[in-house]
Amino acid sequence: MSSSRLISESSEWTFSMLERYNEVIGQIAGNDFGLDTYPNQIEIITAEQMMDAYSSVGMPLGYKHWSYGKQFVLTEKNYRRGQMGLAYEIVINSDPCIAYLMEENTAMMQALVIAHAAYGHNSFFKGNYLFRTWTSADAIIDYLLFARNYVAECEERHGEEAVELFLDSCHALMNYGVDRYKHPAPLSLSEEKQRQHEREEYLQSQINDLWRTIPTKPAETAAEEARRYPTEPQENLLYFIEKNAPLLEPWQRELVRIVRKIAQYFYPQRQTQVMNEGWATFWHYTLINRLYDQGYVNDGFIMEFLQSHTSVVHQLPFDHPYYSGINPYALGFAMYSDIQRICQAPTAEDRHWFPDIAGQDWLKVLDFAMRNFKDESFIAQYLSPKVMRDFKLFAVLDDDAQDELEITAIHDDTGYRRLRLALADQYNLGSREPNIQVWNVAYRKDRSLTLRHTRYHRRPLHSDSTQEVLKHLHRLWGFAVRLEAVDENGQVELVAECPSNNGK
Amino acid sequence: MATFIDRRLDGKNKSSVNRQRFIRRFKNQIKKAVTESMNGRSITDIDNGEKINIPARDLSEPVFGHGPGGRREAIHPGNKEFVSGDRVARPQGGGGSGGSGQGQASDSGEGEDDFVFELSREEFLELFFEDLELPNLVRTQLAKATEFKSVRAGFSSAGNPANIDIVRSLKGAMARRMALAAPYTRRLHEAEAELERLLTETPVDEIRTRELIEEVEHLRARARAVPFIDTFDLRYANRVMQPKPTTQAVMFCIMDVSGSMDRARKDLAKRFFTLLYLFLKRNYEKIEVVFIRHHTVAKEVDEQEFFYSRETGGTVVSSALQLTADVMRERYPVSSWNIYVAQASDGDNWHHDSPACRDILLQRIIPFVRYYAYIEITPDRHQSLWEAYEEVKAAHPHFAMRQIDGPADIYPVFRDLFRKRVS
Repeated sequence: MSSSRLISESSEWTFSMLERYNEVIGQIAGNDFGLDTYPNQIEIITAEQMMDAYSSVGMPLGYKHWSYGKQFVLTEKNYRRGQMGLAYEIVINSDPCIAYLMEENTAMMQALVIAHAAYGHNSFFKGNYLFRTWTSADAIIDYLLFARNYVAECEERHGEEAVELFLDSCHALMNYGVDRYKHPAPLSLSEEKQRQHEREEYLQSQINDLWRTIPTKPAETAAEEARRYPTEPQENLLYFIEKNAPLLEPWQRELVRIVRKIAQYFYPQRQTQVMNEGWATFWHYTLINRLYDQGYVNDGFIMEFLQSHTSVVHQLPFDHPYYSGINPYALGFAMYSDIQRICQAPTAEDRHWFPDIAGQDWLKVLDFAMRNFKDESFIAQYLSPKVMRDFKLFAVLDDDAQDELEITAIHDDTGYRRLRLALADQYNLGSREPNIQVWNVAYRKDRSLTLRHTRYHRRPLHSDSTQEVLKHLHRLWGFAVRLEAVDENGQVELVAECPSNNGK
Repeated sequence: MATFIDRRLDGKNKSSVNRQRFIRRFKNQIKKAVTESMNGRSITDIDNGEKINIPARDLSEPVFGHGPGGRREAIHPGNKEFVSGDRVARPQGGGGSGGSGQGQASDSGEGEDDFVFELSREEFLELFFEDLELPNLVRTQLAKATEFKSVRAGFSSAGNPANIDIVRSLKGAMARRMALAAPYTRRLHEAEAELERLLTETPVDEIRTRELIEEVEHLRARARAVPFIDTFDLRYANRVMQPKPTTQAVMFCIMDVSGSMDRARKDLAKRFFTLLYLFLKRNYEKIEVVFIRHHTVAKEVDEQEFFYSRETGGTVVSSALQLTADVMRERYPVSSWNIYVAQASDGDNWHHDSPACRDILLQRIIPFVRYYAYIEITPDRHQSLWEAYEEVKAAHPHFAMRQIDGPADIYPVFRDLFRKRVS
């Protein structure tokens, strides 16, 4: 039985072989492990095409913009110089889920990539709550197509230059074009009418014509002027601009909207690096091992696989010359594997730390973990002391009020919790990115827009780029733009403004 | 279930538009880099594109981000000797470039490496020769060995069976059938209508009916007899031969190889010739180059010998001009060639020869050429040749002369010579 089941013996791949791999992997993933996936569309591409795909940030069709050209040039350069291997795959969160496989991959690599992308990432896209909330996999391709055509149309009508400059400005604020929380669904027309009606009745019942005869006090007009618009700070800058910027043409508003939508589409990916990559890595590891156990692949295959897998999940220590932070593949893989271990063979420590999951069915626990968390909360919930010990994690406090760095926690009993919190915070987009919100528009004065940056741990903004971004914001808003910073004591100071007002 | 799609044969240049836009956007920076890379560099590989450096900050896409400062707690792996409470000195240097050690591995600072990328040969030459134009560019008439290309020219009624246009032919046939059968069909409809009416009437007029039946059959036969398709309906796709304009140019390189022209000067001359050659190549499909070198006598040679063999002796420039004029007359008739001449010399000439040079130029060369460029490679004062040439220059606008001092002069001088002139 064993040799007859073998799918491939050599490292060359053929289409029928890939189909066979996909079929077997799909069966194992679905039947044995219950992975729920979108249908797969697996596309074989060349290295050049992979560079194209890279430079359009993985979008199968993007609108035209020089920044993608820059990305392409950069990728090409690195690739030519041999500084960077291309990714073996790119996978797109769509329905059907599109995975790009490079033709240069060996048969083993193709199998690995199918397991990794077409079953790992795919099931993550389908299951994780962020993706479910913020992206609609079945519509994204159509939307990208629409965006591409719309931008092209605008270029025809208004000139490439104008469109490009405008998109530049939108891109500068792209990270601030996302909704972080789901807004309540808009009221239906009848509900809206009902509400208006009720308000009107209430106002009518309060009215007393006598009040109108009393002259308004100057204080009241002042209060009127001091009233802020928007009344609550707004975090989605692009949305605010789309709806409120006074001078934008309709097509410009639509462009803002396109950029905003695409930013929103990528928002979950930026928050689930560790989880997503870890999940895919965990599953390619599990699935390929199962293939081996069942005799579908031979020893040579599994050796090649292990070699490749270990290099993916390798974590360099902090003092290594090539160290560049924590490897999300390594951390994610370690955490999922550790959850599996805690379920299957819990130690006393695990029972103390994770009473809920120790000894439970690991498939269910893992599935729950995949569905309901993002990086930050996933780490805060599941990072176990064992993983911290394995990684030999330690926390360094860099406080500009102190002359030296302080090691605040290491992988020991007193340090676990602090480590875990600090690491979770490191993955929190809210603290990674400056918290900047729309504070006020001086509608009754010069129509200037004021943003407020609420400082987190006294971290200032990067001064050069801030000024540049404000210029872009100014282009969108059309009137003066100001950025204020609020420190922890509530002190407000003006950080930058555009156009700058030094002469005053 | 999965679908496999083989995309390998799809176009691979999805990003080329974006790449073009990138280049267009940073044209100024790139152009600066191109010019800089030209100065004082060997020009032999100019044909191969170029690596371009642009400072990364010029093309950054700014976003809001945290700068250094404040309080942050970073987690790193691979602890070896630290215990909590340890204090270590803040690592120095590399402001924000979290390259080594325990610097901030956050996203705070990005490297400011230069942005290097390669321009393709076309892109490079495009930028390199931008704003330059050939003066007096009148495309000389079609060369005598004219090439033809076949172009579509409607339809014809005679032709090769392979060229039959079926749709056209059948459309024609249908129209003809309708036209030829029209008298019969019209009468046929009338007869049929009458026949039907007769048959419904109670006493059937038998004679009239019989007549009508015969007529109907007769008319049907006539209508059927119109042939479905006739040779006369056939239409053939018509193609005619159009003469294809082929522009061709010849470039004469004249160089002084007397003892006073040393290696460095020849190198400068070579660079100038190469530039001119590349530039012409962008304007003409076919270019021939004639190399003529001279000391006291002139000789037509191949490229290798032209640049690399060395001779000594005095200098008689007129010998080269004489030879040029002869070659021009024999091999490159003005009617079919655009003629360009570039001459490089160190300005030395046997002083009795200079007036002769002027005369040959004025009478036998200048009237026939598109452009004549003379460069004098010398840091010294001009000699008699320059003065003689100045007279030529005064008389003919398409004669240009410049002095070159060192490698850095070549490109500016070249640009100056071929600058686009607003007319």
